[in-house]
Amino acid sequence: MKKVIYVDNNATTKVAPEVFEAMLPYFKEDYGNPSSMHTFGGKVDRNIKEARTSVASLLGAAPEEIVFTCSGTESDNTAIWAAIQSNPDKKHIITSRVEHPAVKNLFEYLSKNGYRVTFIPVDSKGRLDMDYLYRNLTDNTAIVTIMWANNESGVIFPIEKISRIVKEGGAVFHTDAVQAVGKIPIDLNKIDVDMLSLSGHKLHGPKGVGALYVRKGTKFSPFLIGGHQESGRRGGTENVASVVGLGKASELAAAYMDEENTRVKQLRNKLESEILKQIPNTIINGDIENRLPNTTNVSFEYVEGESILLMMDELGICASSGSACTSGSLEPSHVLRAMGVPFTAAHGSIRFSLSIYSTEEEIDVIIEKLPPIIKRLREMSPFWQG
Amino acid sequence: MWEYTDKVKDHFLNPRNAGMIEDADGVGEVGSLACGDALTLYIKLGENKKIKDAKFQTFGCASAIASSSALTEMIKGLTLEEAEKISNENIAEFLGGLPKEKMHCSVMGRDALEKAIANSRGEAEKKVEGEIVCECFGVTDLEIDRAVRENSLSTIEDVTNYVKAGGGCGNCHEKIQEIIDSNLGMKHPVKKEAAHLTNIQKIKLVEETLEREIKPILKKDGGDIELIDVEGNTIFVKLHGTCASCSKSQVTLKHYVESKLQELVTPELVVEEVQS
Repeated sequence: MKKVIYVDNNATTKVAPEVFEAMLPYFKEDYGNPSSMHTFGGKVDRNIKEARTSVASLLGAAPEEIVFTCSGTESDNTAIWAAIQSNPDKKHIITSRVEHPAVKNLFEYLSKNGYRVTFIPVDSKGRLDMDYLYRNLTDNTAIVTIMWANNESGVIFPIEKISRIVKEGGAVFHTDAVQAVGKIPIDLNKIDVDMLSLSGHKLHGPKGVGALYVRKGTKFSPFLIGGHQESGRRGGTENVASVVGLGKASELAAAYMDEENTRVKQLRNKLESEILKQIPNTIINGDIENRLPNTTNVSFEYVEGESILLMMDELGICASSGSACTSGSLEPSHVLRAMGVPFTAAHGSIRFSLSIYSTEEEIDVIIEKLPPIIKRLREMSPFWQG
Repeated sequence: MWEYTDKVKDHFLNPRNAGMIEDADGVGEVGSLACGDALTLYIKLGENKKIKDAKFQTFGCASAIASSSALTEMIKGLTLEEAEKISNENIAEFLGGLPKEKMHCSVMGRDALEKAIANSRGEAEKKVEGEIVCECFGVTDLEIDRAVRENSLSTIEDVTNYVKAGGGCGNCHEKIQEIIDSNLGMKHPVKKEAAHLTNIQKIKLVEETLEREIKPILKKDGGDIELIDVEGNTIFVKLHGTCASCSKSQVTLKHYVESKLQELVTPELVVEEVQS
């Protein structure tokens, strides 16, 4: 197999070797059930507590405010259900137009089942229309859920400001922070968020584990009804190995936070500026001032994203496209459409997302290989007047 | 990740005949930037009106580029009359198949070819016929009907995969379903009154129905059907290819051929298989 250059870290990440090591005992000798009365299970329970503390400390939260789930999607669904179950009289809910499907599709479902839904628009740089949020918030609003950072554009929303508006309005505030946790510092001591979702595999932890932060005092009702696990907030025996893995990944994320925001950011900037320099008719999508340090979303005009991806794939370069043309309809991504990216550019958008494992050599390879790919595809395109 | 055949990958990574022909005899343009793919096909005629050269320019995904490349290879050396017979299915077959979500790439090839041929004959650009059903992608009822008929499509998803219609806002799903239904014969009041057929009329109608409605479906699975005789209301047929050895052939006959013939010819018909 050819050497892989992985720049698709907003899709998923490599499991850190330390995380892998930390998980191993729970597949072998430490197979006890953390709910058991005996010492053998009790040890596992202690390890889960340690993991809970690690996750909490990455967020500036208390350990008892962390509920382990099996994915970011489950965390999002749990938060939204909890808020509407706890406020049965409120029939209005608010989100943005650029959410992940885990929120977007649930809101679309709720809109057909008795809820009035407001989707907050974004501008051409992917920035949230705060005024629109302010005007639409009412006493009848059960929950506002706005992602912390966008998976496609990398744009970071002003969560502190949003939380203040929402709390003044009296609604529950949830944020899908799956892309933000581990990439930018988050301190929930300072920001008044009621609930926050995160996912293990986006921060070099394993797949199949996530967490939901639930601020002390927030009204809650479980999404998965079952045993007393997670203090009665989520039934089901804990996925022990993955929970421990997420704990380890959270420790590492805290330790590497500086590197993510210096070295990784510089590599991203180098990639971006070289692409802009070497390839004409290229546009960076999103607010470049407020972005995740690892993400760049680039539109190459007059070519189509899947073709670029597959030509890069031939060279072992793994990225993703906002227009992976997932069905016959070839609709470009809802995020880019919400931003009003013109069709000439929307179909040819590529997202590069780096990680602390990205190296300068890898970025140099991309900088060398990408321009000829775009040139070749443009020469084939009937719209290119090169 | 799409499951592309090696041939699709080859035609994508090493496209044949990319580029334009300055003094082309026929040019066919389909698609647009907004739709996410577009193809311009150029043909140059040589002796005996045979296609001497063909080139393409394509904006689109890997299978759009591969379909364009395949098309140019397929039509070189053909007369216009021969080239005219190429269907979107043929393009997909040439490539060893396309993922069903990508079939519209082959339809785009066929459409560009039709336009290029018409253009080379000096025919004026055909006006859009029929009524726009899908506003998002500007697809008419006739285009949807043709795709449904030629490819035996049975779901809205299929229609979206072949001609994109219905892939946007979804407002037209009901209309698309109506077109599918009428093709499946669900609301086919047309031939109901054909009760008193002469024998000749009946045989002719049976033949037509076999050709138009039944053979294309069986051929998809590598089979075929032949009309042997008609006695009163009993139709004797012989199955070929995979149909003949397939244990399901009785089911195929009874449930499909018979019901189709009953519906489109006369309700009294019975189908019998002749063993070879």
